[in-house]
Amino acid sequence: MSAARTISFRLNGALVTADVKPHHNLVELLQTHFGLYGARESCGQGLCGCCTVIVNGRAVSGCLYLALFVDGAEVATVESLDANGQLDPVQEAFIETGAFQCGFCTPGFILMAGQLLDDHPDPDDGQIKHYLSGNLCRCASYPQVIEAVKLAARKRKGN
Amino acid sequence: MPSKSPDSAKVGAQVGRSVPRLEAREKVTGRAEYTHTMRLPGMLYAKLFRSTVAHGLIKSVDTSAAKKLPGVLHTVTIEEVRKVIPDPYYGPAFHDQPILADGKVRFVGEPVAAVLSADPHVAEEAVQLISADYEQLPAVYDEVEALTSKIFVHEQLKPAGAFADLKHLKGSKGTNIALEYRLRRGDIDQAFTTAAHIFEHEFRTQKVLHLPFEPHATIADYEDTGVTLYTASQGPSFVRSEIARLLGWQENKVRVKVPFLGSGYGAKLYIKLEALALALSMIARRPVKVALTFEEMFYQITRHPCTFRIKSGIDKDGRIVARKCQVFWNGGAYADIGPRVTQKSGLTASGPYDIDNVSIDSYALYTNVTPAGALRGFGVPQLAWAHESHTDMMARALNMDPVTFRKKNILREGRPHATGTIIKDAAVEKVLDRLVERMRWSQPLVQGAGPGRRGRGLAISMKAVITPTTSVAIVNVNADGSITLYCGTIDMGQGSDTAMAQMVGEVLNVAAETVRVVQRDTDVTPYDMGTLGSRSLFHMGHAVRRAAEDARDKLTALAREVGEPEGSNIPVPTLFVKRYGMQAGNIIGTGVFKPDYVPPAPETGLSDNVTAFWMVSGAGAEVEVDTETGHVKVCKLVSVVDIGKPINPQLVDTQISGAALMQLGFTMFEEMHIDGGQVINASLADYKIPGFQDVPDAMENLTVDNFQSNGPFGAKGVGEVATFCVSPAIANAIDDAVGVRLRELPLKPETVLRALLAQAGKPLEDA
Repeated sequence: MSAARTISFRLNGALVTADVKPHHNLVELLQTHFGLYGARESCGQGLCGCCTVIVNGRAVSGCLYLALFVDGAEVATVESLDANGQLDPVQEAFIETGAFQCGFCTPGFILMAGQLLDDHPDPDDGQIKHYLSGNLCRCASYPQVIEAVKLAARKRKGN
Repeated sequence: MPSKSPDSAKVGAQVGRSVPRLEAREKVTGRAEYTHTMRLPGMLYAKLFRSTVAHGLIKSVDTSAAKKLPGVLHTVTIEEVRKVIPDPYYGPAFHDQPILADGKVRFVGEPVAAVLSADPHVAEEAVQLISADYEQLPAVYDEVEALTSKIFVHEQLKPAGAFADLKHLKGSKGTNIALEYRLRRGDIDQAFTTAAHIFEHEFRTQKVLHLPFEPHATIADYEDTGVTLYTASQGPSFVRSEIARLLGWQENKVRVKVPFLGSGYGAKLYIKLEALALALSMIARRPVKVALTFEEMFYQITRHPCTFRIKSGIDKDGRIVARKCQVFWNGGAYADIGPRVTQKSGLTASGPYDIDNVSIDSYALYTNVTPAGALRGFGVPQLAWAHESHTDMMARALNMDPVTFRKKNILREGRPHATGTIIKDAAVEKVLDRLVERMRWSQPLVQGAGPGRRGRGLAISMKAVITPTTSVAIVNVNADGSITLYCGTIDMGQGSDTAMAQMVGEVLNVAAETVRVVQRDTDVTPYDMGTLGSRSLFHMGHAVRRAAEDARDKLTALAREVGEPEGSNIPVPTLFVKRYGMQAGNIIGTGVFKPDYVPPAPETGLSDNVTAFWMVSGAGAEVEVDTETGHVKVCKLVSVVDIGKPINPQLVDTQISGAALMQLGFTMFEEMHIDGGQVINASLADYKIPGFQDVPDAMENLTVDNFQSNGPFGAKGVGEVATFCVSPAIANAIDDAVGVRLRELPLKPETVLRALLAQAGKPLEDA
């Protein structure tokens, strides 16, 4: 196994450093070094979206994203959304519409829905389905997620 | 007896209200803890070396190179396991599964050796350095072949003894039949001779699997004084007994903790990785985590593929007078709970119909593929696929409307089911009526303008809840009036914690949101048979209700004891202060529930009381078939279910749509491709599951108005019911659209196109 390298990056707003090995992925880095478990590896192929992390403002699959690549980057995880103790409107909307069941894939959906609303503040069903097609939910809460995204859009406008 | 509540506005009707999930905040913030991402100090990671052959004798396993890799602490085969657990076999129905392969491998992917390291990447690399030599044996993969094959998956059957009706199989040799269930009602031969029409068809279902997004994971932390397991399990009580049995210990030395479950759908029932994790922790004398990758789930547990031969005799008036069912369940290499699927589903094989003469033979068969177990519906979706396709085919042949034909034959209240049990609180007719209404069956279907041909179909089905099973609950009223609930039901996303809290709130007159439901821990939470088969809301619901009532009665007694007049409105905290002189003490209410039951007679399968309740569902589908490509678009999917009185309407709605969409995947595209025993699509890239684009444009999730008279607050289970009828409803719609009948799942474009071309007299050659 090859040697570790020290990287530094901004994680949920704070400057951090970590020693990582070339084969470590971003999910592993967040879990083992920073105790952040909201991004989770499931399929390991970047297809399910459970491992979604925001790097430099765009969603990436943390299971395929090598930890070394975040050197110097701006990284945000689901844990950043309620850092002030207040839920984000997307999180509130997911709760109010019951848009999840087991919750394993939920952080990925919430981050991706946030990015969707940044790009399209008033999405229709087609845009929601297209934008979130990289997130899978084995409990199949899809109809409720569509409702949640629409509610979140209204909540964002209200704020 | 009023209790303290911070939100008095919500006090009142707790049952029937869409209370948001109690654990919602943990889940949306990513802070919910799952076993798969847990770690303990000093923990080692196990990675597994798996069999590459489907059936073979192990000549040798070479772990020497793996052992030499820096960072590897242990390499383990069955020899090392035997030193710590002398009889290393486990399983719920049969003790047939070795902790690691023992002299023989029985399916591709069976664990043969394990490597332990503090670094999971080192363990993974070391696994690549292991090699094994096998003497390959001929293998049997097909369930029908397995019945008569001379290839035997097991040399000798080893029933666990937990199920009385399996004991006679002990030591049986020369068979792949793990269980044979039979039902005999009336005189089937006589009925067939007098029938005006006889129809016989065969249907098959493919091998599919659960794929919970949190793959299986267990951490075992063994000490000589006791063992703690953190495990992604739907049944911690069973895990505890099985681990205690393997150790020869009392159950109270085994502690099983279950954090949040990244769902299960039946995959995480009974015992899966727990025995292996235990053995590895005993060997390493450190905590050991065994966590599967997504791919490895294809070698853990699947649903049963099934072949169903169904034959019906119809009289001149369109009444079904006889039905013969032969059902073959492909159980894979180890029995798991297959025998229960075979029996408990077998008894409903003849469908929701009133038939005087019925014969059912249902076989659990061993084969050389990944073991099969429970998956959302316990076999009923496979059965409904057959009996509801068969029903439509007969209606068509008889020139009868499928609804009229069903109406003539459905089971109504007060009539005997095939088992002899009198039907009660099973709203078959209401479900069918509502479905017909929502499908606008009386109006002709409007053909679209596009090239696709439209059609519609429906199906109905019923299931008997697994009976008898036991649940125990404890309700603790704290001295400040707050309430804590201890129950072993696993909330894996179905929302049981919330529903149970609502029942406690209903009895004790507090807001459900204020009830604390303790995380599952067998040191703390009492016995429960398992979170399976839609049993929890009914069984645990009753136990919880009784525990809450017991607490309420004890509070009343306490009020009397401290001299309060009858009907006093004294706040609960004041009551405790009066009794104990300060905020101190508890009131502990307990509740147990086990329903009445009469076991089926061994020879006839008949019973006056075969189940605690019936689940009933119907599905209707509108499809558009592209006749040039065979592609089927499901435009509309209607689910109608009888679940008694909903405890939490929003959770019910999510369960119905979730179940229907999961079954839509099993119907349209999901399939494990197995070639020579090798799973060739063991990844999410190659095994497609439903995503956003697969959701029908129109979906309706409906419940019928029904009250389950023996249920807690009129309720019964909802987790599985909407899966039953999706497949046959769609196949019936395809037949309606283009006149082809598909008898095998999934209904993929190639299958549809082949059928269309064959119908046109231009069959496609095999690839």
